[in-house]
Amino acid sequence: MSDAVHPMPIHYNDAVVKKFVIATMFWGVVAFLVGVVIASQLAWPQLNLGLSFTNFGRLRPVHTSGAIFAFGGSALFGTSFYIVQRTCRARLFGGEAMANFIFWGYQFFIVMAALSYVMGYSQGQEYAEPEWHLDLWLTVVWVCYGIVFIGTVMMREEPHIYVANWFFMAFILTIAVLHLGNNLAMPVSLFTAKSYNVASGVQNAMIQWWYGHNAVGFFLTAGFLGMMYYFIPKASGRPVYSYRISIVHFWSLVFMYIWAGPHHLHWTALPDWTQTLGMAFSIMLWMPSWGGMINGIMTLSGAWDKLRTDPGLRFSVTAVGFYGMSTFEGPVMSIRDVNALSHYTDWGIGHVHSGALGWVAFITFGALYYLIPVLWKREDLYSRKLASWHFWIATLGIVFYITSMWVAGIMQGLMWRAYDTFGFLQYSFSESVSAVHPYYVIRMLGGVLFLSGMLIMVYNMIMTVRSPSTARRAALPADVAMAGV
Amino acid sequence: MFIRHETIEKNAFLLLVLTLLVISIGGIVEVIPLFTIETTVEHVTGVRPYTPLESRGRDIYVREGCYTCHSQMIRALRDEVERYGHYSIAAESMYDHPFQWGSKRIGPDLARVGGKYSNDWHYAHLINAQSVVPESLMPHYAFLAQNRLELDDLTKRLKAQRMVGVPYTDDQIANAQADLRAQADPNADQVGLLKRYPKAVPVGNGGVVTEIDALIAYLQVLGTMVNFADPANEDLRQ
Ligand code: HEM
Ligand code: HEM
Repeated sequence: MSDAVHPMPIHYNDAVVKKFVIATMFWGVVAFLVGVVIASQLAWPQLNLGLSFTNFGRLRPVHTSGAIFAFGGSALFGTSFYIVQRTCRARLFGGEAMANFIFWGYQFFIVMAALSYVMGYSQGQEYAEPEWHLDLWLTVVWVCYGIVFIGTVMMREEPHIYVANWFFMAFILTIAVLHLGNNLAMPVSLFTAKSYNVASGVQNAMIQWWYGHNAVGFFLTAGFLGMMYYFIPKASGRPVYSYRISIVHFWSLVFMYIWAGPHHLHWTALPDWTQTLGMAFSIMLWMPSWGGMINGIMTLSGAWDKLRTDPGLRFSVTAVGFYGMSTFEGPVMSIRDVNALSHYTDWGIGHVHSGALGWVAFITFGALYYLIPVLWKREDLYSRKLASWHFWIATLGIVFYITSMWVAGIMQGLMWRAYDTFGFLQYSFSESVSAVHPYYVIRMLGGVLFLSGMLIMVYNMIMTVRSPSTARRAALPADVAMAGV
Repeated sequence: MFIRHETIEKNAFLLLVLTLLVISIGGIVEVIPLFTIETTVEHVTGVRPYTPLESRGRDIYVREGCYTCHSQMIRALRDEVERYGHYSIAAESMYDHPFQWGSKRIGPDLARVGGKYSNDWHYAHLINAQSVVPESLMPHYAFLAQNRLELDDLTKRLKAQRMVGVPYTDDQIANAQADLRAQADPNADQVGLLKRYPKAVPVGNGGVVTEIDALIAYLQVLGTMVNFADPANEDLRQ
């Protein structure tokens, strides 16, 4: 990282970044709260209340879209806009109006999607539930996002495109392709929020999991790796560990992820050759994933002491640890014989949340703890101690969540396939339902902890912003690019 | 490497084009052949488009997010086949836009639930699942019994499905309303309905058609279309 002072300070568009930062925190609270609600409904089904708009089937997509697209999405928009301006030394392309359109257009999409689920509109495909007119709207917003981001990269003053931006560009491009491919549908009429996907059965299944797995690979992974590649070097003051690893793991990651979808369809009516391909690539995917993890964690070499003092960095680095864990677990679950046990059970849910809470949410928290004092020009957080509390409470919450789901999932898998001495299935399905009840309660408590941590962060951030402004940060030399390190 | 990475890194356009190329390969190789290889979907007798009532029931299944708790895909594993029946084959969901195989079993698989329980059992279970299965985590769907089934756009719905490949005949589309009413009234004349849609199960009581009637009709046909004992389906027998 060369610390050359730029001759003429560039006026970055930070207003839109601030908006996305606020939206991230708001949607984080909402998504985790709905998570706690649906977790409670699984522990105590009376909480479905017998109403159409409060039942689990309609609220679960509110949680998944809320967590992935509202919380994760707002974080990605905000940080990518922040990072691309700094690393390209260019103001956001397209002007204020376009940036604001992206912000409000995306928020509108989220609100409409959530409302539509509770009112009973859904395409019935996981992570692609919004109906066709919302899909069209999102396409417009996404194209603008692409134009602004890529436009800024084109206008850069730095000769090199920084590695974080490779990941953001791959994320933007691939999500566009996936979104269009998976949502091709025939509406009933122009005025009906109901459509039928053009594909059916086995082809629809393959396309859905080509989409679904790469929503994980590009939305929840590539985008957040972009975040990692900026904030960890920035907060630790160290250059990225290995430039060579960045290159190799970027290309192999984007190439291999696309193939891995069939691991969601093992032992199903999907042809065997496709399942085998999916399994092979999923196992290979372990390597580029760990390449990213090593690059992230090793960036800290020589600056490990900062972990003790900087709570934001602690979140980021722990996130990379969880990333390593879930990208080891994923390939294991992709092995057909392991998947025979894990599929359809809570093991999958545990895996999802070790990635979602441990990686996606933690790396976001790390970025927010870094960004908020910088954006609002405050010297420091209101309280590092509260940030530490957040860290430990949230970590405990994750431990509750994933250990309970491992136990529940493996138990379900074993009970479903258990035979008694006469060669009959030993357990009825409902016995497996009763057996997991205690673990559902523990998961719910884990969720409450995670949500409490989030609320502590929100309080800390509000107090940070309300604390008196200090000019110190503003007087620092203009943020410099880290390209070509 | 034949080109220096620096070249790519300094050229946003090149970076984008190469990324697009790299992400396209896997999808193309895995998806396209599923449309072109003949054996992907088995040739079996018995699979037919859903009746108008079943199709409306399926819309409700999708709308309520039943797939968030129930799979419709019996995997080719011994315990699953013993618990739920013959493993699911691709042909059985070939008219499912979208597919509803699911990914989580909070409740049991439903791929072959058709005919397993009576209409009355389904009615009681949907109104209050715990009254028939005390351990169940399922929400109560009593509101479906209150909602009159929306029928105005029925033919439009079938036509939209025909556009994406469900082989509804002109005859089936012309008789959509009549077939729906016939299926929702056990005392009605079912001859035309059964000619157009073999194995359709009559539901309801002939009164106002509600959403719950449609949903039950859908559940009752699940997994029953293919007769695995039929010699024509010889090579599927386990
Ligand atoms: C307080 C924190 C959270 C709680 C209590 C929670 C709870 C839940 C519950 C109860 C389910 C349904 C599980 C089932 O169907 O058996 C679920 C599903 C899901 N959640 Fe969360 N969640 C939380 C945070 C998150 C976050 C931060 C993300 C993503 C960034 C996330 C992503 C998902 C996804 C993708 C699923 C669907 C999993 C699947 O279909 O296999 N959750 N969550
Ligand atoms: C090398 C990386 C990874 C591989 C090979 C992998 C593999 C898998 C496998 C085999 C399943 C179970 C599919 C099933 O039986 O239904 C799964 C589910 C899932 N994984 Fe991963 N995983 C990886 C990383 C991640 C990460 C980092 C995240 C989150 C940020 C994540 C999120 C999910 C989600 C959301 C599901 C549930 C999908 C659903 O059924 O709705 N995965 N993954």
